[in-house]
Amino acid sequence: MPVALVGFADPVLDAQACFRAVLDAMARPGSIHQVGGTLVAPASLCPAAAAVVLALVDGETSIFIDPAFADAADWVRFHCGVAPTPDASVAAFVLAPDLPDLRSLSCGSDEGPEDSATVIVQVAALGEGAVYTMMGPGLQYPRTFRATGLPVDFVARWAENHKLFPRGIDLILCAGDRLAALPRSLSITGG
Amino acid sequence: MNEILQGYNFAYLDEQTKRMLRRALLKAVAIPGHQIPFGSREMPLPYGWGTGGIQVTAAVLGPNDVLKVIDQGADDTTNAVSIRRFFAKTAGVATTTDTATATIIQTRHRIPEFPLSENQILVYQVPQPEPLSKLEPSRGETRRMHALAEYGSMHVRLYEDITRFGHVAISYDYPVMVGGRYLMAPSPIPAFDNPKLHMMPALQLFGAGREKRIYAIPPYTNVRSLDFDDHPFCAGRAPHPCGLCGSETSYLDEVVVDNKGGRLFVCSDTDYCETRRAAGHVGADA
Ligand SMILES: [Zn+2]
Repeated sequence: MPVALVGFADPVLDAQACFRAVLDAMARPGSIHQVGGTLVAPASLCPAAAAVVLALVDGETSIFIDPAFADAADWVRFHCGVAPTPDASVAAFVLAPDLPDLRSLSCGSDEGPEDSATVIVQVAALGEGAVYTMMGPGLQYPRTFRATGLPVDFVARWAENHKLFPRGIDLILCAGDRLAALPRSLSITGG
Repeated sequence: MNEILQGYNFAYLDEQTKRMLRRALLKAVAIPGHQIPFGSREMPLPYGWGTGGIQVTAAVLGPNDVLKVIDQGADDTTNAVSIRRFFAKTAGVATTTDTATATIIQTRHRIPEFPLSENQILVYQVPQPEPLSKLEPSRGETRRMHALAEYGSMHVRLYEDITRFGHVAISYDYPVMVGGRYLMAPSPIPAFDNPKLHMMPALQLFGAGREKRIYAIPPYTNVRSLDFDDHPFCAGRAPHPCGLCGSETSYLDEVVVDNKGGRLFVCSDTDYCETRRAAGHVGADA
């Protein structure tokens, strides 16, 4: 099957815009940002997830791609110049169609908590669905956040991740051309 | 937008370097106050000119940003003018001296007097990112101390000051605890500025070029200056109004005005002082 060789229309400015969206999403948990709207992504990937990969992944880092996104592997190899790793437990980025078992991924060390996975999760929708309440850095007051497509036991699984702080996994949730981020520093209730 | 200088990458850095910095910045925001090592690049300015801050600004900056650069509070020093011109040429961004208009403010040694908003990013130039460096020269040992949140030696050092001088004798780069977890060097801002770090609506990013470290304080994050129950933190200010605008709350510089020892206290934040004077505030020496 031929690889669609289309990436960002403007590799420099589109990557910058996508990064700023992710930075603001990470700094203000639960805020929703539009990215990748004009991107021609592999069929299984939503434009937001594809844009985040293009903006952040290259040969100096590593990415694990869930088998459900097998059609994206060649596209990532071509645009990011990196062969996806078959071992999720060592990957700096994990691209997944639903929330993986966070305990199976790298959560960093006490001295290097930044050596941890960033998980790019494709969900059905952001801004609608289950209601979560979040508190932590980036939030002046507790903030509610809605998403469709996180597992029913998400709050319990997140609590296990959060209690590792400063170690832990950071999530970037993507749906269509929208994204939001959940850094490890957040405590989350509801669901 | 200005004409972009041909033959340069947007904002000078190549895309691979920007991605490396961006990955480090995202982890820095996720772990408030923790220093992230990064592969600092050679910049066309010498160390001491804020190469760490410049690299952070270059990784963050986009064509729609409006950039302000201050050095000790002033927009018009050689250092501030050079950095502003550098980004105007290599990224074509608009620049300003107006604090409220700026979307990104790169700073050396001050936090602006006007409160910053959620739509702004404050980038600090940091000479020494390690708050424990004077107590423990070994990098490996300070990493271990941060990993264990083992900060007793810093408390002892501050308490020795109180015993000897009756107060903590640190007027710049006064250490803070971020999010109740990491001891952090706020860069050589006056201790007077420390309270502004706490629950600031703007995102704060710190870049140390020579030491190759990046760290961050997300918006609305708890930042506490180290102190003691019996000696609470106290931010000092010279007991004068600004001679030019009359402000009784701003941080002041003492300037010599003649060769007979004449002195004048004026706002260190030049935009703040000019904005006040334009609004009709007049100091005793104006
Ligand atoms: Zn003044």
